[in-house]
Amino acid sequence: MFDSLSERLEGVFKKLKGRGYLKEEDVDVALREIRLALLEADVNFKVVKDFVNRVKEKAIGRDVLKSLTPGQQVVKIVHEELIELLGSQNEKIRLSPNPPTVVMMIGLHGSGKTTTSAKLARMFKKQGRRPLLVAADLQRPAAIEQLITLGKQIDVPVYAQKDEKDPVKVATEAVSEARRGAGDIVIIDTAGRLHIDEELMTELRRVKEAVKPHEVLFVADAMTGQDAVNIAKSFNEEIGIDGVILTKMDGDARGGAALSIRHVTGRPIKFMGVGEKIDMLEPFHPDRVASRILGMGDVLSFIEKAQEAVDLKEAEALQEKLLKESFTLDDLKEQLKKIRSMGPIENLLSMIPGMGKQLKNVRIDEKEFVRVEAIINSMTPQERRHPKIINGSRKKRIARGSGTSVSDVNRLLKQYKEMKRMMKMFKGKKGKFKLPRFMPF
Amino acid sequence: MGLFDRLKRGLTKTRSNFVGRIEQVFKGKKIDDNTIDEFEEILITSDIGIEATMQIIDDLRAGVSSGKIKDYEGVKGFLKEEMLKILGLPQPFVLYQERPFVVLAVGVNGVGKTTTIGKLASRLINEGHSVIMAAADTFRAAAIEQLDIWAERSGAQIVKHQSGSDPAAVAYDAVEAAKARGIDCVIVDTAGRLHTKYSLMEELKKIKRVLNKAMPGAPHETLLVVDATTGQNALRQAKMFNDSIGITGIALTKLDGTAKGGIVLAIKKELNIPVRLIGVGEGIEDLRDFIPEEFVEALIGNESD
Repeated sequence: MFDSLSERLEGVFKKLKGRGYLKEEDVDVALREIRLALLEADVNFKVVKDFVNRVKEKAIGRDVLKSLTPGQQVVKIVHEELIELLGSQNEKIRLSPNPPTVVMMIGLHGSGKTTTSAKLARMFKKQGRRPLLVAADLQRPAAIEQLITLGKQIDVPVYAQKDEKDPVKVATEAVSEARRGAGDIVIIDTAGRLHIDEELMTELRRVKEAVKPHEVLFVADAMTGQDAVNIAKSFNEEIGIDGVILTKMDGDARGGAALSIRHVTGRPIKFMGVGEKIDMLEPFHPDRVASRILGMGDVLSFIEKAQEAVDLKEAEALQEKLLKESFTLDDLKEQLKKIRSMGPIENLLSMIPGMGKQLKNVRIDEKEFVRVEAIINSMTPQERRHPKIINGSRKKRIARGSGTSVSDVNRLLKQYKEMKRMMKMFKGKKGKFKLPRFMPF
Repeated sequence: MGLFDRLKRGLTKTRSNFVGRIEQVFKGKKIDDNTIDEFEEILITSDIGIEATMQIIDDLRAGVSSGKIKDYEGVKGFLKEEMLKILGLPQPFVLYQERPFVVLAVGVNGVGKTTTIGKLASRLINEGHSVIMAAADTFRAAAIEQLDIWAERSGAQIVKHQSGSDPAAVAYDAVEAAKARGIDCVIVDTAGRLHTKYSLMEELKKIKRVLNKAMPGAPHETLLVVDATTGQNALRQAKMFNDSIGITGIALTKLDGTAKGGIVLAIKKELNIPVRLIGVGEGIEDLRDFIPEEFVEALIGNESD
């Protein structure tokens, strides 16, 4: 996500590293590059100015020039400062001791309020709470229907009044409904509006005064440019915000808006949206994002995902199978399913350190997984256990059954053979056994 | 209210901000390195992009040292000229002779595709054309309902399938329906998608292929809808969408906020894609042709205005 920025900084520090010693003008060159990179990343220019000054001060204070590894010193300082600026730890949504907790979502139109509301509701539901979604966006055509549809998908009730024109009334009544037992967390989806639209900002203030939310969450698009500062400032000053959710982080926007918004409001970024699907909401980890900015990858997120998807016992059973060389095509299918359940492959790979650059031109076709699964599904149990028996006519049948071609079937069988061969190699080195990565591309 | 007034009203915030700051920087000051640095910052905060900024600054320096630019008025004139040089001549949205004239609207999530389509349809209908909308955003919840409401408001016909069905099939049916009913224009609404999602971009290619099958030469206009609030990523969007399906024009939305939409300069400069339409308000009539002269004039303005 922040790949391009990482590359820039990597380039800067490569130059510094190559030298071995550092002159004062080198620091200026590095700072200039950092400044340009941050500006290109859409960090607001005032924020960039502050940031670069802070880095410069620290760099001078720490005698970077006398250090043996000045490049790394500067990286460290930039990294620390980024974390500092983004907020030092992940902050959750504060729940009220007396339910219902009322959460109000605000932001520009198109920032992703409705989708994010549903994502939040799903998250709370997963935690065993009883969220109630409130359709208080009475401006955009079909916004109510959208929330109702999303509510059905995640099995969360939606409070809506089709012909009501006053969002204050809808919100107030929804909260009383929750008090009567309809839910313990009320999530109010409001209409998107420009921060300079006085009328609509007043309406938002009225909703806030009426329902007294415990959290006002500002939903912001990660792709926002220099104006992020003005927008966030207006919403914070006019309405008051408690936290920020950054959406569309799965694109390739460098996300400088995150830094700008945080800097100008001082409010923590609590979550980020990383995909269109309803489960794609992640806590915002400033340290991880700072690492990403510096091209250090996001290993922690990757490991967390893997742990979610893979059950330890299953992993042990698999290892056993591998050792006994009884790894069948059925097992392969299971493995692929696990990998896919971790989310879009492109997202996963971007978390691996150093992958950003290499992946630039690599396209991973998710359909390849579907194809492999279809091929395996078209095999008989016998064939899955003993692929050796698959001859020409069986291949034809499998290809027909899976809607693929014989060469697709051949490719899969070849990959499977390759894996088995690799496993033998691993088995040879006893005691150092490690699971090879199964990625059929 | 004249067209120019309406545009200026939409850009008032932008304009006063921009002009005010330029005046602040240059009025009564000699033009030196410091003032040029400040000028650079002003350009950057307009989302024009580093590269375009650098070019303008270099030219500005050259103009100052050669004595061509001496004062504030000179800087303003220079800025206007530079921006116009990049933006080129007006290339507004026009229905050419093909019938039906097929418009494909694409863009990332939340830029205002459906709203823009609604406004465009009502404009075409006011001009006496007949319009069919194709509800090919079959992914987002209630997207079809949203377009349905716009169809009703504008008086356009609509072709829709179930939510979750194949968007290319909807597009195909819309063109077929337009041919059968003798409709002038088909506007295809597509699901918002991030340009980094390979499979979704492949889906767009398919929609385009299918449109071309239904009617050779279609789509006749492929509009990328861009949110003026977006920063440098808009250039990436334009590049990637252009690589996938070939973009013929930009519709720049949400220009009535404080964002300056300067990124269109970078898009025009690097990819030579013209801006055709701008959205300057939420009203159905607030979709205008993009006319570089007016845009720049309204942005920089004259004090007497």
